[in-house]
Parts: sequence; structure tokens; C-alpha cells
Amino acid sequence: MVAILFVLNIVLIGFLNFRFQAIIVWLQLLALFLTFFYGFDLDFSFIRKKVWFMVSQGVFTTLYVSAISIALAPMLAIVGAVAKLSSNGFAYAIASFYTSFFRGLPLLMQVYLIYLGLPQLGYVIDAVPAGILALPLCYGAYMTEIFRAGIQSIPKGQWEASRSMGFKFGLTMRRTILPQSLPLIIPPTGNQFIAMLKDSSLVSVIGVWELMFLARTLGNKTFQHMEMLITAAMIYWCLSMCLELIQSRIERHFRTKSH
Amino acid sequence: MSENGPIIEMCNVNKWYGNYRALRDINFTVNKGDKIVVCGPSGSGKPTMIRTLNWLEAHQEGDIIVDGVRLHDKMKDVDKVRMEVGLVFQHFNLFPHLTVLQNLMVAPMWVRGVPAAEIPEIAMKFLERVRFPEQAKKYPGQLSGGQQQRVAFARTLCMNPKVMLFDEPTSALDPEMVSEVLDTMVGLAEDGMTMDCVIHEMGFAKAVADRVIFMDAGEIIEENDPVSFFENPQNERTLNFLSQILQH
Repeated sequence: MVAILFVLNIVLIGFLNFRFQAIIVWLQLLALFLTFFYGFDLDFSFIRKKVWFMVSQGVFTTLYVSAISIALAPMLAIVGAVAKLSSNGFAYAIASFYTSFFRGLPLLMQVYLIYLGLPQLGYVIDAVPAGILALPLCYGAYMTEIFRAGIQSIPKGQWEASRSMGFKFGLTMRRTILPQSLPLIIPPTGNQFIAMLKDSSLVSVIGVWELMFLARTLGNKTFQHMEMLITAAMIYWCLSMCLELIQSRIERHFRTKSH
Repeated sequence: MSENGPIIEMCNVNKWYGNYRALRDINFTVNKGDKIVVCGPSGSGKPTMIRTLNWLEAHQEGDIIVDGVRLHDKMKDVDKVRMEVGLVFQHFNLFPHLTVLQNLMVAPMWVRGVPAAEIPEIAMKFLERVRFPEQAKKYPGQLSGGQQQRVAFARTLCMNPKVMLFDEPTSALDPEMVSEVLDTMVGLAEDGMTMDCVIHEMGFAKAVADRVIFMDAGEIIEENDPVSFFENPQNERTLNFLSQILQH
């Protein structure tokens, strides 16, 4: 019976155009997925009771930490990329040390190092600022490489044309190089933003009351871990989808702009 | 004489790429209003010489003085020279993310600091000069090679350069587009622009040039007026080169 329904379903969907195929298959997979969770025999009244606190406290903190990190990381990345492409030895050395170090350590360890290490030097740092420091430093290092690749992909002739008209370095970068490399930089950067949103969960280990921390702790008392974890998972997924949507909008904007 | 004084002077200029000597003791003067054509076999250092004139390539020995400014490590001086010297490239190097009109507007706006209200008018004036006003809203990718090169001319002209340098402006074009670009260059020459061209079209040299310079292996071998240069070349290497390119 199930097999017949399954085959019928596939045949029917086959007749639709691409758009409807995509939408229906999406919804069906989602339904399957939710049924799977439903099978866990979750206590929904418990979820309803806690979800508001999770959103108001957890989502708020997650978004707050991620938003600041998302704003800071590209700035670090641009400076890093320019330094890495520079012919100045100091700049290159500092930038490549930075990317090597922060790409080379696990983010979790960086969070610990900043939170526990800075007090050793005499700077006592709160959990939230420590998390906000760790995330952009780490992701800025990854994004430095993305920006560097984007800048390098612009043909040398564009530099020459700009410089030969008397453009200084900064002007060439702003008016010629970055506008052309943005369409190449945006897809991988969107990836990084989504990853950053989820990796903000790592700051839960130092006691920041963000989504992951609440997911682990709220269910502790009554052993209702699964309820809280699944709720948090769904919330993360929704937030990521928002970022995906924004990314695809921006990409479309650039596609229509160039022809 | 001040009217026609020198605008470009190169004195004993040498340049190396690593161990390879690209320019050898180049001595060469361009006076205001001169039309110079530089020719020679490939690998002779012609583009290198043109590009050292606004320091896209730095030279290592000798003096280059453009419009009274000596080119050296100080970027401020280099930028001063670049504002007065227009360079046209073999591959046009238009900005693909900007429309034709915007391509023309960037330099006056950001380098010259011309008031924003006047710029579109200036840009259109030069687009008309290269006979191309109707395509102002298009992107470079939508134009043919010849059209792109004419836009590149206009973009350079927007800076009001005192000299224009041409780095093989017709070499990357399909044959049927060469003439539209050459016509535009002849037009510029007739308007009195000082021009220093690396170009393979000998017909252009005969028609327009005041002097023709022949380079080989990074050296200036011969320098003469076009009639004597083509009718009566002095050097054996010039003779060889001319017989090769004029054969077909």
C-alpha cells in the first residue's frame, strides 16, 4: 500500500513544472521529517510553556551575538585580504599569521582561550563580549581568504586602467575592484554567515544564555531534553533560512545588474 | 619654442625584469603636438616603454620626465603625471560593472573633482567626439571590440590629458573593426592631440606620424620622419622588419 502511494506520488509530481515539483517535494520531505519527530512522543504542553522564554532570551542573545559578529567579520576580512595581497612584508606577515592561527584552532578552543586566557593577563572579560570577540576573529580569518580570492580574480587590466587614470589604491579598491568581486564574494560569505549563526552556539559553554544553552538547561530538571533540543533545532533552522533568503535576494540583485 | 617644448623626455632609461633587460639606454623626446609611432618586432619592448611613461612599469635607471615631473618612487608625483597622461590599452580594460556613461564619469568625478552636475555633459561631449552617443546606457559587455575601444578613448579624453599613449589599440580587434578605431585616432591627431602610439598599422604611421621609431631588443634602432623611414631605412634590422610586414 505504502509502496503504491509512493510510486503514484512520484508519477504525479513528474507531470508538474519545475516550480511546483520543488515546492511539493519540499513540503513532503518536511512532513516526513515532522512525523519522525512526532514519533518521539514529545510533551507539547511543556514546549509551549518554555518556547516563549527560549525565543525572548535565547533567540535574542543568539541574534545579538551573531549580528555583531556578522558586522565585524567582513571588516576584518577586507583589511586582512588587502594586507595579504600587499607587497609590504609586515602587513603580509601579520595577516597570514592571523589567518593561519585562527583557522588552525578549533573555535571552541578560541572561545575558551579568550574567556579564560584574557583574565590571566589582567583583563576580566564577560561571557558575552568574549563570545563576540571570538566569533568575528575566527570567521574573519576564513573570510579573509574568500575576499582575497575575490580580489585576485579581477583581471590585472582593471587595476592598470584605474591606476593609469590617477586612481589611488583606496579609490581603485572601492570603485573598481570590490564592486566587481562582490558577486563572487557573496555566495561563500553567505555560507559563512549561516555557519556563524550556528557556531554562536559554542559560546554556550562559557555560560551565555543563548539558544543552545537554554536548550540544554531548560529540560534538565524534568529530563525533557528532547523537547527542548528539537525546539531549538527548529528555531536555528528558521533563522538560517532567513539568511539563505537574504543571500539569494542579494545574488539576484547582482545578476540583474550585470546584464 | 615654449609652445612646442618637450612634454616627455626619456634619458638613458634602463629597465630589467629580473635578469632580462627590457629597455636599453632609451633616449627619446616627445614635443607638444607630436604624433609618434613606435614599431618593431614582438618582444622589442614597445609596450614596456609606453607603460614606463606613466609608471605602470617602474624603470630602474635613467630619468623620465613627463610634463616637468620626474617619475620616481614618490607616488604623489606619479599620480600627478597619470592625471595628465592618458593610456589606451590593447584590451580596452573598460569597467564591466558600469555603463558606458559611468565609465566616462568615474575619473572626472573621483580624480579631477569636477562638480557632479557638469560631469554627464562632459562625458556626452567626448562620447560624441568618438561618434558614440547613442549607446551611453549600455554595458561594455554588450558592445563590439571596436566600440569598446572607442569608449576607452572617450574615457581617457574625459581626463583632458596632455598626451595620449596607445598600447597596441588595434591588436585585439577583429579586422573589420580596425578602421573605425583608426579613424577615431586620425580624428584625434587632426585635433592636435599629442600622441605616442605603439601600433602595427603602418598605413596609420604613414598618414599621421611626425616621426616613426623602430625598436628591437629593448633599443631604439632608428628614428626618422615617416617618408624617409619607409622609403629609405638606414639600419639593416629596420629593413628586415619592414620587408617582413610590408610583404603581404
